Amino acid sequence: MALLEIHDLHVYYGHVHALKGINLAIEEGEVLTVLGANGAGKSTTLRVISGLIRPRRGQVLFGGQPIDRLPAHQIVELGISQAPEGRKIFATLTVEENLNLGAYTRRRDAAGMAQGKEMIFHLFPRLKERRRQLAGTLSGGEQQMLSIGRALMAKPRLLLLDEPSLGLAPLLVRDIFRTIREINAQGVTTLLVEQNARVALKIAHRALVLETGHIALGGTAAQLLSDERVRKAYLGEK
Amino acid sequence: MQEFLQQIVNGLTIGSVYSLVALGYTMVYGILKMINFAHGELFMIGGYLGLSLVAAFGLAAAVSSPVLGLIIVFFLVAGLAALIGALVERVAYRPLRRSSRLAPLVSALGASIFLQNAIMLIYGTGYKVYPDNLVPNVTWTLGGVEISLIRLLILGLSLFLMALLYFLVQKTQLGAAIRASALDHDTARLMGIDVDKIVTLVFIIGPALGAAAGIMVGLYYRQINFTMGWAYGLRAFTAAILGGIGNIPGAMVGGLLLGLFESLAAGYISAAWKDAITFFILILILILRPTGLLGERVAEKV
Repeated sequence: MALLEIHDLHVYYGHVHALKGINLAIEEGEVLTVLGANGAGKSTTLRVISGLIRPRRGQVLFGGQPIDRLPAHQIVELGISQAPEGRKIFATLTVEENLNLGAYTRRRDAAGMAQGKEMIFHLFPRLKERRRQLAGTLSGGEQQMLSIGRALMAKPRLLLLDEPSLGLAPLLVRDIFRTIREINAQGVTTLLVEQNARVALKIAHRALVLETGHIALGGTAAQLLSDERVRKAYLGEK
Repeated sequence: MQEFLQQIVNGLTIGSVYSLVALGYTMVYGILKMINFAHGELFMIGGYLGLSLVAAFGLAAAVSSPVLGLIIVFFLVAGLAALIGALVERVAYRPLRRSSRLAPLVSALGASIFLQNAIMLIYGTGYKVYPDNLVPNVTWTLGGVEISLIRLLILGLSLFLMALLYFLVQKTQLGAAIRASALDHDTARLMGIDVDKIVTLVFIIGPALGAAAGIMVGLYYRQINFTMGWAYGLRAFTAAILGGIGNIPGAMVGGLLLGLFESLAAGYISAAWKDAITFFILILILILRPTGLLGERVAEKV
């Protein structure tokens, strides 16, 4: 049984049919990347999984249990956390307060929280130096680290990452993706949404291409890297 | 100089009452971006419930321990007001959460009228009077400045409650969850925060503080009326704007400043003109700093 399964998912924004019957499955331990242009429905898919949007039709199963009608905070408790698009750090809170909030569902476990924070500081030493700073004063790359670190504080079984490369310099993107691979190697199943197909396919095991609300292509990362259409549309080759 | 210090003491006393009420406006605005126009009524209800409980406990007849009695009254009234506040949110605001911004505003005005009329029907239209022996009429003179026990109590209790709230909001994990929910509901949900619960909590804290302020006004001026929620609510709302609406320390500072303006204007210029002068100063400040004194201090870097 897959860790997360999505069956025939339909989402509407008013009259706009944003997701038109998505099916996908994520196996325990893998990195699955969902590629696609702006407006293809990538973020919408993640927002449905996290419970921020209710689907019109279809089902989301996590560990075999339907979660598409659960409130968002309960979904975090079950073990799915998300670093949303645009990082969405709490700018007027300190770095450390942001991380602590990531562990809100584990707030009664002080020892576990401290341990989690140590792990995050090990992954992102910059955050440790800046732990008392307001998160809004961090650079874009540091904010992305904070957003991912904050999501990890929940000790998720499934980590959802929405465009972690957005607005970052290429060198920083490489760093962030190296860390994502490291996180996955520690056993965190990862669903990675990206426009930057080149870096995403480098760390993903499998990939899907989303086009205007439906899945156009799917396969292993290697298969997609050698696919003519992907090379043209998403890797910028002629 | 003596006169000046006396006005400062008077101003801080009434200002601390404005601060307590202003906190309710600012916290609700912070989390829902909505002005809870019914908040002044909870302050007024606090005054009435306080009076009823004082009567019920026979405190008017000076029971063995009036201090303990008053503490019990404060706690019970704060609890009841919190219950009413949470109920108003559940019934009048939550069903409208996803509608236009105008709908909850109208609903808030409706809740305000409802609560005001309910109190009018229960207690009648006339002024109600607190017994005069609840707080001993003791006054100290310090360098020519007269400080009465009741003023000291009001100022002390208000500052204590504000310090308590500040600690809760700034130093605890629950407080961080309140601040996070105020910044961004969806991202707060992604942290596992039940934002609806946080909203309820805000509608418990605000009315509890407001109702405590209502009892203080009853003890201080001794007269209460079912329309006083409007007069004090307007000033407290103004104080919240002055400090920067949505900003908790701003509401505290704004209330104290408003009290000082009023008191100094009344003492040095004209008691009849104090409101005009106070609001004139307020307009000046808002022209110079439209976000209020402490509003939006931190620049967001993206």
